[in-house]
Amino acid sequence: MSALTPTLAVLEFHLIGYRRTWRGSVFSSFLLPLLTVLSFGVGVGAYVDSGIDGVPYLDWIIPGLIASTAMQVAMMESTWPVLSRFEWVKTYFSQAAAPLRISDILGGQLAFTLLRVLLTAAAFLLVAAGFGTLHSAWAPATLLLVLLVGAAVALPTIAFSASIHSDSYLALLFRVAVIPMSLFAGVFFPVESLPDALRWLAYVSPLWHGVDLCRAVTLGVAPAWSVTGHLLYLAAWVAVGWLLAHARFRRRLIG
Amino acid sequence: MVSLVLPRLIGLPAAARRSVSVMERNAAALKSAYWLVLISGFLEPVLYLLSIGVGVGALIGDLTLPTGQVVTYAAFVAPAMLASSAMSGALAETTFNLFGKMKYVKLYDGILATPVQPFEIALGELGWAMLRGAAYSAGFLGVMVAMDLTTAGRALAAFPAAVLAGFAFGALGMALSTFMRSWQDFDLMGSAQFTLFLFSGTFVPAESYPTVLRWLVEVTPLYRAVDLLRGISLGSLGAVQLFDVGYLLALTVLGLTVAGRRMGKLLYK
Amino acid sequence: MTASNDHALIHARGLRKRFGDFTAVDGIDVDVPRGEAFGFLGPNGAGKSSTMRMVACVSPPTGGTLRILGMDPLRDGPAIRARLGVCPQLDNLDPELTVRENLTTYARYFGIPRRVARQRADELLDFVQLADRSGSKVEPLSGGMKRRLTIARALVNQPELVLLDEPTTGLDPQARHLVWERLFRLKQQGVTLVLTTHYMDEAEQLCDRLVVMDAGRIAAEGSPRDLITRYSTREVVELRFPTDSQQDFAGKLTGLGERIEVLPDRILLYADDGDAALAQVQLRGLEPTSVLVRRSSLEDVFLHLTGRTLVD
Repeated sequence: MSALTPTLAVLEFHLIGYRRTWRGSVFSSFLLPLLTVLSFGVGVGAYVDSGIDGVPYLDWIIPGLIASTAMQVAMMESTWPVLSRFEWVKTYFSQAAAPLRISDILGGQLAFTLLRVLLTAAAFLLVAAGFGTLHSAWAPATLLLVLLVGAAVALPTIAFSASIHSDSYLALLFRVAVIPMSLFAGVFFPVESLPDALRWLAYVSPLWHGVDLCRAVTLGVAPAWSVTGHLLYLAAWVAVGWLLAHARFRRRLIG
Repeated sequence: MVSLVLPRLIGLPAAARRSVSVMERNAAALKSAYWLVLISGFLEPVLYLLSIGVGVGALIGDLTLPTGQVVTYAAFVAPAMLASSAMSGALAETTFNLFGKMKYVKLYDGILATPVQPFEIALGELGWAMLRGAAYSAGFLGVMVAMDLTTAGRALAAFPAAVLAGFAFGALGMALSTFMRSWQDFDLMGSAQFTLFLFSGTFVPAESYPTVLRWLVEVTPLYRAVDLLRGISLGSLGAVQLFDVGYLLALTVLGLTVAGRRMGKLLYK
Repeated sequence: MTASNDHALIHARGLRKRFGDFTAVDGIDVDVPRGEAFGFLGPNGAGKSSTMRMVACVSPPTGGTLRILGMDPLRDGPAIRARLGVCPQLDNLDPELTVRENLTTYARYFGIPRRVARQRADELLDFVQLADRSGSKVEPLSGGMKRRLTIARALVNQPELVLLDEPTTGLDPQARHLVWERLFRLKQQGVTLVLTTHYMDEAEQLCDRLVVMDAGRIAAEGSPRDLITRYSTREVVELRFPTDSQQDFAGKLTGLGERIEVLPDRILLYADDGDAALAQVQLRGLEPTSVLVRRSSLEDVFLHLTGRTLVD
């Protein structure tokens, strides 16, 4: 029995639950982003005559949408489901009663979230290829990047969901964090056109770093920042997020 | 606020008074966290307007409409954001919240033991959703005027139209919620809602869609609401806008009728 | 005494409720006069709650006649409900409101002016001994407190008729007694109480008169004492023998007492003089592992009428 076995057992629990709900998620996590591509990339793109930096608007927006979809799937999976497993269904408490460590419970939760992120991004990437918008052999690296973005937003969100008792705060989180990030972190238009203060907010958000990296690997252009800088910044969100989430889980489950 | 207006309404017929008592309950349930959600809800369409209207608008420049009118992209998108937020606000309050109260909290079981009847509950909930929606619309129209995307006079005229759109979607949401079986159905509704948001002539003129899609889009309620509000805010009104008003009125009546009947059946078992 | 006092507050003839193929209430006749405490006693699924929902005018009858306060529930629902107090089986208090707000907002549904509502809420919180929790949310209250709040809520419109569906189910003994004591006070104030229960001690404590329901029908009707005299003996001897041997021992008891019931875990020996019957058991050389002589209860009435126990 390897050290990962308990984590895999937790992952298995999540997968069994997913067997019942995957149909709905195909719609919300794959079809809707695809429709967004059509509405913005194709529809609005037809009005963006000169493209951006010489790249057609459709090609430019797709990597941004992939990163932003990865973030949204990761956030969805780390909000209501996590709150529910503490407050309503209390799954985590029954898991903690089994010989599982906190890191197994948290790891299983994260593994499931990342699996969903990966599947969604992979489907999206295929569609992007179909539209002929991938211009670099590096494009498959998008799949690794979305995992990093997913973990960077999921872990702090899990920590947040584990700290609250009412889901009103989750609606709030979506409005003050998720929606502004999707709208202003360089997905729909370059952050360079934002006023200074807002641009710095965009730089702080993990999503912008993911968008910039994804755009670099699908378009084959140099990112706005150094690749190492981007990666380290996202890794820092993952590390701090893990510590926070682990501490919250410990307090709720053992303390 | 609400409680100041209410005493004067007591003289109205009993049914109206009972609907108002349902609204009072919602006013009493307003607590800190919910307030924050309410206020942040106002920001959502403004953020969309800034991101798509201004941010993407800078890439697009001015837009020549099929009527020949030339407008900034932000002025084109703003009324659509107003219509969409009227839709999403009304639907959220009348479907998600209504369903929760009906199925899980069993709130209505308690109310039904009183003289209040199902249809009066529905009206009260709708009235409540509309109070909130009207406040959002007024705020958003204020932002539009401040950003010089429409004139103050047109904004005043657009306000009742936005409220009408809210009523239509609220009534529709109520009728829909009586058909919902589980939370999974809401995912489906949310998806349908987002699809409408993307393709109701919101971000580009419906005339630029392929013909079949255009026909499809033009029968949807969000398109009619966008068309009405855009006509008013850009000052390009025609007979079509009269049709829009009729359409939204009809949807309101239909939604309320279906909701009233079905709620009675669902709750009086 | 006014003329309306002569009318039954609840008048049902051949009352029936069907859900698809399932008949929940199968033609019952009930009259409840003003001022009475009336009970529906029966096991889960006997049709008590369905009957209560029809009386509360939130469930249209499938057949028969039903008049509440002299009116037709289908036509005059709001007018009837304005004069009823309903305490449902599961507390459906409003989790988003405080204890006191639960009463004041509820009062508004009856069109009670705000000032009166506040005053009445405070009186009722005193009555159900929750005055010190008035600003608290509902969630942290204990089961007994929630129940008392639900009862207070049912009284907010000063109803003539109060319907209580399983008022103490799920409460601990102390909480039950507190609820009973409050209900008893209401009864003394002349409020008509109609309750359902599957606890015979509750029915015996609170009801002037009751009907025993089984499978949607009324199996017997009368005061608790009445029913016990009619369908049981004065006393009962409960005998326990080693497991799996009840049936053998039951054979050896024939001829003793008036009647014998064999249950999976014990044998009930019905006799007016329990001690005398027990002496005879011992004379036959039988040695039960445990013995209890007690007075007959409604449980025994139910067992006799249906061949089943109430709570299993």
